[in-house]
Amino acid sequence: MKWKEESQRKQYGRALVELGKERGDVVVLDADLSSSTRTAEFAAAFPERFFNCGIAEQNMMDTAAGLASSGKTVFVSTFAVFGTGRCYDQIRQSIAYPNLNVKIVASHAGITVGGDGASHQIVEDIALLRVLPNMQVIVPADSPETFKVVKHIAKTKGPCYVRIGRADVPTITDEATQFDINKAPVLRDGKDVTLIGCGIMVSKCLEASEELTKHGIDARVVNLHTIKPIDEKTIVKAARETGGVVTAEEHSVMMGMGSAVAMALVENFHVPMKRVGIPDVFGESGGCDELMAKYGLTVDNIVEAAHDVLKRKK
Amino acid sequence: MEVYDGEFINELEAAAKRIRRHIIKMIYEAGSGHPGGSLSAVDILTALYFHILRHDPKKPDWPDRDRFVLSKGHAAPALYAALAEVGYLPLEELSTLRKMGSRLQGHPCMRKTPGVEMSTGSLGHGLAAGNGMALAAKLDRKLYRIYVLCGDGEMDVGETWEAAMLASHYKLDNVTMYIDRNKLQLDGPTEKIMSLEPLSDKWKAFGWHVIEINGHSMKEIIHATNEAKGVKGRPTAIICHTIKGKGVSYMEGSLHFHGKAPDKAEFELAMKELGGDAQ
Repeated sequence: MKWKEESQRKQYGRALVELGKERGDVVVLDADLSSSTRTAEFAAAFPERFFNCGIAEQNMMDTAAGLASSGKTVFVSTFAVFGTGRCYDQIRQSIAYPNLNVKIVASHAGITVGGDGASHQIVEDIALLRVLPNMQVIVPADSPETFKVVKHIAKTKGPCYVRIGRADVPTITDEATQFDINKAPVLRDGKDVTLIGCGIMVSKCLEASEELTKHGIDARVVNLHTIKPIDEKTIVKAARETGGVVTAEEHSVMMGMGSAVAMALVENFHVPMKRVGIPDVFGESGGCDELMAKYGLTVDNIVEAAHDVLKRKK
Repeated sequence: MEVYDGEFINELEAAAKRIRRHIIKMIYEAGSGHPGGSLSAVDILTALYFHILRHDPKKPDWPDRDRFVLSKGHAAPALYAALAEVGYLPLEELSTLRKMGSRLQGHPCMRKTPGVEMSTGSLGHGLAAGNGMALAAKLDRKLYRIYVLCGDGEMDVGETWEAAMLASHYKLDNVTMYIDRNKLQLDGPTEKIMSLEPLSDKWKAFGWHVIEINGHSMKEIIHATNEAKGVKGRPTAIICHTIKGKGVSYMEGSLHFHGKAPDKAEFELAMKELGGDAQ
């Protein structure tokens, strides 16, 4: 691999501390996982503005809602599996419905949690959160992007879900790359097929595009960092210009990013499409690379999907 | 102890009676709603909106206002009637409850109704939300207080006890919670469905100051609240012993009227008992 790797959580922790210095209205809540989510850094710098809620995520979400209704910009962190499904009713009723300014930044999403196994490997969180009205859903591709996303959402009002992982991820963007929530960046131009990735899969799409070059295929690569609001314009343009789309996500293919792209295409411009993602199954314990291979999330899987789409293009 | 003269109490009781009439009329006109738990909570809401809360109906967003969270969101008619009586809403608007396009949703929505501090309806959320407001008040060094009204059925909810721990852990002495202890939930008596007793001991064990009162006595509600204001370093739970359906003979202690509107004859009888006409 040609990129250096870094933890997204590290940049989350750094961004929070920066926000804490810049703004007195930023408060942070965690549910006994602050050393893992890296909110501990904010807690050390601003102890009076950090509230550990203990292992009580439902309570944490409603407490966040109360703080937000009183004018605070509230960041809430825990593992994605506990910060979504376990407290879905609280997110729905008290955060999304009243459109309150609560930013859920959840780590340890997807199967790259590794050894902890399926109980901790949520592959349904994008699906759960993107169907909630008012909720924005962002899956940063790497750690610089995570930093920028956190700084950006602090400036906007309303609820937001940011999904980051446990594993170190290849750094494919840099400090200069702008983050625009309404615009999915095209990382590589191409005319034969479009590879759309989010999170950890974006770098794999880039690698797949290089592999495809060897076969004479010119692939476009899009970093769809924001699942909602979705940048339909970039997606439809890519479909029109390349005639085929592959999506890649570390999430169930049921109702994740690939489904969101499919919906955008079905209603706007039909092209052959293939979704790379976790099939409709739970994960298991294992090493990151082993799990990514078993559940079909490798560079080869993307290349194969691109060939399949190309075959159907004619 | 502060002394309240008879006339002042009489005025509150008259307001409570008007609110009870509004509730019956609203639910009758809507054809659905929860009369039982609305009526049991009326006296607490009346004491709050007419006396206890520092608020300004003309400025619902006044930053220093006291906050009230109706955790038992199904008592929305009682909340709306109290809000209308003190001037947050025109009284005529009460007849729009649960109707298409109304600001008065079946359960409270903070984005639609002036004076509603938190959207509720799914049970067991209100105390935690109130705690969040209380933490914000402490951070901002503000003196406003947070009042939460929970139903006794909400004591079944695990999150209630998570919030109980948090309020105590963070020493939220600016939180006062009233428990509308009407002893009935949808499926039957609380002690039959899911035993709550010894309820007072439970809250004490969670680090709360606990007061037990008659939840239909204005004097007791006000005195207990004043006591709560003086408690330092911990939150206060006021267990208000109430009667479900209070004020309407055939609704009192009745499971039937937990979530059912009165029919025409029942409506007319209720209005008569509450000293109003059925117009």
